[in-house]
Amino acid sequence: MVMQKTAKANLKKLKPYGDIMDDGVMQLSFTLPVDPSPEAREAATLLMQKMGFDQVKIATMEKAADGFSFFVIYGNSKHAVDFTKIKVIKVESEKKSREEIDALVQEKIGRRIIILGACTGFDAHTVGIDAIINMKGFAGDYGLERYKWFDARNLGSQIPNEEFLKKAVEAGADAILVSKVVTQHNIHLKDLKDLISRAKKMGIREKMIFVAGGPRVTHPMALECGFDAGFGVGTKPSEVASYVVDELLKRKQVGRKKR
Amino acid sequence: MTDKTFDTRLDVMDINHIMSKLLLDKGVVSRCRELADHIAKPVGDLISTHTTVAIERASLRLAGVNGAVVRGGQLFPEANIIVENLHASGLLGRGALYWFANALLQKKLTTQKLAAAVAAGKIDLSKLPRSPEPDIREKARELCMRAKQHLLEKRDERDRLREETRDPFDPTGKNGPLLYVIVATGNIHEDVVQARAAATAGADAIAVIRSTAQSLLDYIPHGATTEGFGGTYATQENFRIMRTALDEESRKLGRYVRLTNYCSGLCMPEIAALGAMERLDFMLNDAMYGILFRDINMKRTLVDQHFSRKIIALSKIVIHTGEDNYLTTADAIENGHQVLASQFINERFALNAGMPENLMGLGHAQEMDPQHPDVFLKEIARAQMTRDIFPDSPIKFMPPTRFKSGDIFYSHLMDAMFNFVGVLTGQTIQLLGMLTEAMHTPLMQDRWLSIRNAKYIFNGARTLGSEISFKQGGVIESWARKVLEDTHRHLELVAGKGLFKAIEERAFAGVTRTETGGKGHDGVVKKSPEYLNPFFEIL
Repeated sequence: MVMQKTAKANLKKLKPYGDIMDDGVMQLSFTLPVDPSPEAREAATLLMQKMGFDQVKIATMEKAADGFSFFVIYGNSKHAVDFTKIKVIKVESEKKSREEIDALVQEKIGRRIIILGACTGFDAHTVGIDAIINMKGFAGDYGLERYKWFDARNLGSQIPNEEFLKKAVEAGADAILVSKVVTQHNIHLKDLKDLISRAKKMGIREKMIFVAGGPRVTHPMALECGFDAGFGVGTKPSEVASYVVDELLKRKQVGRKKR
Repeated sequence: MTDKTFDTRLDVMDINHIMSKLLLDKGVVSRCRELADHIAKPVGDLISTHTTVAIERASLRLAGVNGAVVRGGQLFPEANIIVENLHASGLLGRGALYWFANALLQKKLTTQKLAAAVAAGKIDLSKLPRSPEPDIREKARELCMRAKQHLLEKRDERDRLREETRDPFDPTGKNGPLLYVIVATGNIHEDVVQARAAATAGADAIAVIRSTAQSLLDYIPHGATTEGFGGTYATQENFRIMRTALDEESRKLGRYVRLTNYCSGLCMPEIAALGAMERLDFMLNDAMYGILFRDINMKRTLVDQHFSRKIIALSKIVIHTGEDNYLTTADAIENGHQVLASQFINERFALNAGMPENLMGLGHAQEMDPQHPDVFLKEIARAQMTRDIFPDSPIKFMPPTRFKSGDIFYSHLMDAMFNFVGVLTGQTIQLLGMLTEAMHTPLMQDRWLSIRNAKYIFNGARTLGSEISFKQGGVIESWARKVLEDTHRHLELVAGKGLFKAIEERAFAGVTRTETGGKGHDGVVKKSPEYLNPFFEIL
């Protein structure tokens, strides 16, 4: 008997995989603000259908609280995407561990990399910058303070752009990290652009690496604001460290060639 | 004793020196306690000779100054304005109550009216004629006695509700771990919806997580708040709103549901005052957390924690210390001894502030690398030794956070093992882990799944701990002994250097802080010989 070969993924029409190619199986869970009932079940099914699911299977409907029902549901998605057409603008650097980064800086740069970070403007939410710089780090990934070959300083919250840049010059910073959490009235974009225009006026835009971060920050958005890189939610300190070191080394090489 | 190995050990240890579940040397444990006492002693002098802007504000608040005025577009507390003015004129060393009591005598206004007039700039406390000293003292004492009476009434009201409903809490952990969950929507009214849902699902305690960086605000926001970041502002009104909802739930469910908030940061003593007035049950309060993890000045924190704990002791609120943080910042396997050392120090500072053991919720966490071989043996050792060494204290056990990722299924499994260790080792208060820990503040469904997880395991393994004894000289017992010995050495080191110097040299969590560095140092004030604050005597 000849074994039937399984189908290969169709990258032009990519769909989720359960146990048969292109079955489109997905699992979802959510809560509806109504008590469990046959009507609630029907409401969940209709929502799934509206989202483009066939063969909706309600695995469980539970009372999560008075007036709330929790669902776990499976369905087969009708939709597909063309994987071959996807283009993502992303930070180009190879993710390294803290030990690898320290070793790389020691060997290739031979001095501690100076990094200043802050929440700028009126932003008082240091959770992002703290996660990246402070010893504690984030999700088991140590903060930059912990790196032997980094001199990372967290200036804290509500630092005016002007003062931040002045401190960066005084410290001879290699890179500055700006954290923006508050996004009301797009204040984060205004602040980020303002920082870059001030840096240009001071003639330091090209002397330092400018990195933006925050839950609503993306790499393309940071580029648009004139930054070198942007990091979004869930970024670990070692990712920022990897980028900074790679970028410094890249610039060092370009510098050498120019000379 | 016929067991040979056991006999040999008894050469060095009297039978009375053996502690409950793990074979730990009671002698080493009591030496650790002596060292903690030795470490806390010099700080006692600092505490008795200093006050802070936060203590003075707390004293005014207890005396009834709880209004606010509009400043910079938002509500700003009267207590802050009064204390700021006195501090700016260099008069705070006599105590805010001295100036306030004098003004009450001079102006014959009610506390509220006087506070409002001072806050509005209509009365300058420093410019008033002075009443005779004994009259001022008498007036201040009267204010404080009334405040104390109010706190005692609130405490009794709470205790009556606990009796009226069924209260599952036992400090020694005999009733199994309490299910403790967080709410953190940023909107107090939405928090209430989440808290009621959690209580119905089986939660015994609700913690309202504070908005990011509130600990660094040198004032307490005023009124009900509906916007916060990663949490909800701690305000007196928010405390009241949540406690009212939980009172209703407690009565409805026939089970007392506790309320938790943070008594930390630059407003630590004031939050203690508000928590006591609004009948909070639990407060996160640590003698050193602010110094190490929030970069608040050492003196400020140590002076503040003492006064806070006096209020907390009177109101019989259970504190939760923050030793879990040592494990999230530094390696949890290597740093077990720092946790235990800090627990001994926290215990001593709490005793010095008049708190009994049954109010000291000493904290720790299950934060070891899940990939580490035999990791649960070490976690069990840590949890069991905490239980054994502090048998009368309600131990607070914190869930894995550090090694959590977006894989919610794996995360849920980690929480299940954490719950298993918690019930096995008799932890008192179990902060339930959330499967979405690494992603967002808990959604209603996350909390519901988490409570289900805990109920399943707490029920299924309810009495397992009492059936188990640990192998003498086995991995678990040996690890516990090693951690205890490391702790003893660490405390010797800290005692030798003195607490301030030791912190400066990274004795805890690898963080360095200096005596005059950090936030809030300018709010520490030396008491003048005529300092007046009857709360220090009557609380």
